[in-house]
Amino acid sequence: MRAVDAVMACLKAEGVDVVFGYPGGANLPTYDAFVDAGIRHILVRHEAGGGHAAEGYAKASGKVGVVFATSGPGATNIVTPLTDAMMDSVPLVAFTGQVRTDLLGTDGFQEADTFGITMPIVKHSFMIQHPTEIPRVVHEAFHIARTGRPGPVLIDMPVDLTRAEIDYHPVGDVRLPGYQPTVEGNSKQIRLAAKAIANARRPVIYAGGGVINADGADELHDFVTSDKLPVTCTLMGLGAFPAPHEQWLGMLGMHGTRAANYAMDEADLIVAVGARFDDRITGKLAEFAPRAKFVHIDIDPAEISKNVPAHIPIVGDAKNVLARLSNEYRALGPDPARLAGWWERIEQWRQQYPLRYDDSPDAEIKPQFLVQALYEATKGDCILSSDVGQHQMWAAQYFHFAKPRRWVNSGGLGTMGFGLPAAIGAAVANPEIPSVLLTGDGSFQMNSQELATCKTHDIPVKVVIMNNGYLGMVRQWQELFWDKRYSNVDMGEWPDWVKLAEAYGASGVRLTDKTTLVDDLKRALATPGPVVVDVRVTREENTYPMIPAGSPARDMVG
Amino acid sequence: MGEPGTKEPLTLEELEATTAVRTGRKHILSILVENKPGVLTRIAGLFARRGFNIDTLAVGPTDDESLSRITLTLDGAMHPIDQVTKQLHKLVNVIKIRDLEPAETVARELALFKVTADGPARGEVMQIVEIFRGKIIDVTRRSLIIEVTGTWEKVEAFERMVRPFGLVEMARTGEIAISRGRSET
Repeated sequence: MRAVDAVMACLKAEGVDVVFGYPGGANLPTYDAFVDAGIRHILVRHEAGGGHAAEGYAKASGKVGVVFATSGPGATNIVTPLTDAMMDSVPLVAFTGQVRTDLLGTDGFQEADTFGITMPIVKHSFMIQHPTEIPRVVHEAFHIARTGRPGPVLIDMPVDLTRAEIDYHPVGDVRLPGYQPTVEGNSKQIRLAAKAIANARRPVIYAGGGVINADGADELHDFVTSDKLPVTCTLMGLGAFPAPHEQWLGMLGMHGTRAANYAMDEADLIVAVGARFDDRITGKLAEFAPRAKFVHIDIDPAEISKNVPAHIPIVGDAKNVLARLSNEYRALGPDPARLAGWWERIEQWRQQYPLRYDDSPDAEIKPQFLVQALYEATKGDCILSSDVGQHQMWAAQYFHFAKPRRWVNSGGLGTMGFGLPAAIGAAVANPEIPSVLLTGDGSFQMNSQELATCKTHDIPVKVVIMNNGYLGMVRQWQELFWDKRYSNVDMGEWPDWVKLAEAYGASGVRLTDKTTLVDDLKRALATPGPVVVDVRVTREENTYPMIPAGSPARDMVG
Repeated sequence: MGEPGTKEPLTLEELEATTAVRTGRKHILSILVENKPGVLTRIAGLFARRGFNIDTLAVGPTDDESLSRITLTLDGAMHPIDQVTKQLHKLVNVIKIRDLEPAETVARELALFKVTADGPARGEVMQIVEIFRGKIIDVTRRSLIIEVTGTWEKVEAFERMVRPFGLVEMARTGEIAISRGRSET
């Protein structure tokens, strides 16, 4: 059979039933193979949309997302999604077309050095050199993408090689001598960690996206509730622990709660699980958690002691390690009374510094109020995707995620334009759960063309635009740190979002009245098909509280 | 966004304080890799991104034809060396990495020197070559090409000795290394 038909056979063997992509000259054979392959292909309107949709699919389902693009511009258009997937550890396999082998290196039409361009932003990549290696490479790519610390893998396929006839034999096992992730945590280290936690007076469990990637939310819950351990989650970890829980301190970091950040600041032991001490978490590194010892659990050994030296490092899968840590910890029978003073302190911060904002005296919609209204309208029963900026932070603060894989956003790279395609991917992955996008008027314009994808493929994403006519987060920084010298942040009035939605065959509605907002949102969310809700909010509102960049957590403002 | 925490301009002194402080300890990394396309680029790229300066780099086959050995030497930088070895380990085609202890290691490099040597200078240069157990591999009326093998330090010392005679050009391979004793590097 043709090598491309073998690609399809391999995809099916990997359990792939849907892919996202965009055809072009250098992947014509691949697209010919799609005609008979029996794999659902969702035609996006820009390759970046395809990449982010595959990410949204992966984040919402835990499965590997797949994206196809042609050579040259097709491939360069997925550079941002690949980087995004690398930063947020999203399992992705990208297939790019390449010019035929005799044209390689000659600046052929639509030729780009995709392999070279993407090398620093993928977990691994393959440049096909012989058609017979294609089936093995496809399976290796899926194996690498989904195991260990997940990430994007790229396969660059010269067009002539994909047309070649090969003898296809299903590939059994994948053997990669240089790739053997450590899944099982070291027993001695786990025992040591259990003891340290049992002796800690002011412990904090700091959980990140790794817990969600490992499907370890149940194990986390089981562990922390076996005693009364306080838990905070990173932006990527939201949903790894139920937000309504009494042991939940809220998100930590730059726009986290004071309770979470102050607890980190005063902790004597911090247990990091699947989190990487990002600069948005630590603030000024030299003054981060000055009294704490650190237990660091991570599947990626390179994360341990990268930013903060770990006293008890444990390399392993979060689910595996948490389950065993939980057993060890219970066996020690720690005395919960030792934490009474710590909880008093935390309770004091909670009382004194709840998340708050000044609501408007009239019908004007405050952006925070919009998030609360959206939570009320959905009862939290949806997959919420977001773009990047103020709306993302408010969503993280006011939308109370109770389950993992219900929050899809771009954390590490902070990619504006991520939201709509990601919400499409989430909807495709879980058609039975409503897919809602909360976006900003800036971010949404970076991939709004995917409304056509929604309409064409009948993907009923509900888009809620928090419209303040500004690049709000940049404006906030210019206001606070650059003497309010606003430079190129006013986005003005355009486009008319209702008309744009209608142009794409979606429903559009504009909301401006706080008093009817919850009901109006409910109505919009209940409208069949894709819907765009343009919600006009207070123009100049700041996201608080905030750790100013380069300051320690205890210097939070607002 | 980056870190525009303040609108005050950053001084060059502040900038310098944040860049690499060298520890001076020389590292010889021996990296066993799969013989596949792009491996060298991945490794070189990783060093560049982490701000490591590679002093020398040598690549060649091993006793196993599916594997190559990359030997590179670097100055210890601000980042602890184990951060970069951990990152190297994440590369799928990297099989094994050793940060070789100088005392436990045999290291050699090959260097070629083209030196102007006519008249009475020629005899003197030839004497130095003999002391360093080098070889003269090309002779013309006005120049010699000399091959020297040895540690990095020996090659440096030879260069210092012949430079005054007129060093036309020099080519060095960078060190390759292997650990002492029976066990594999």
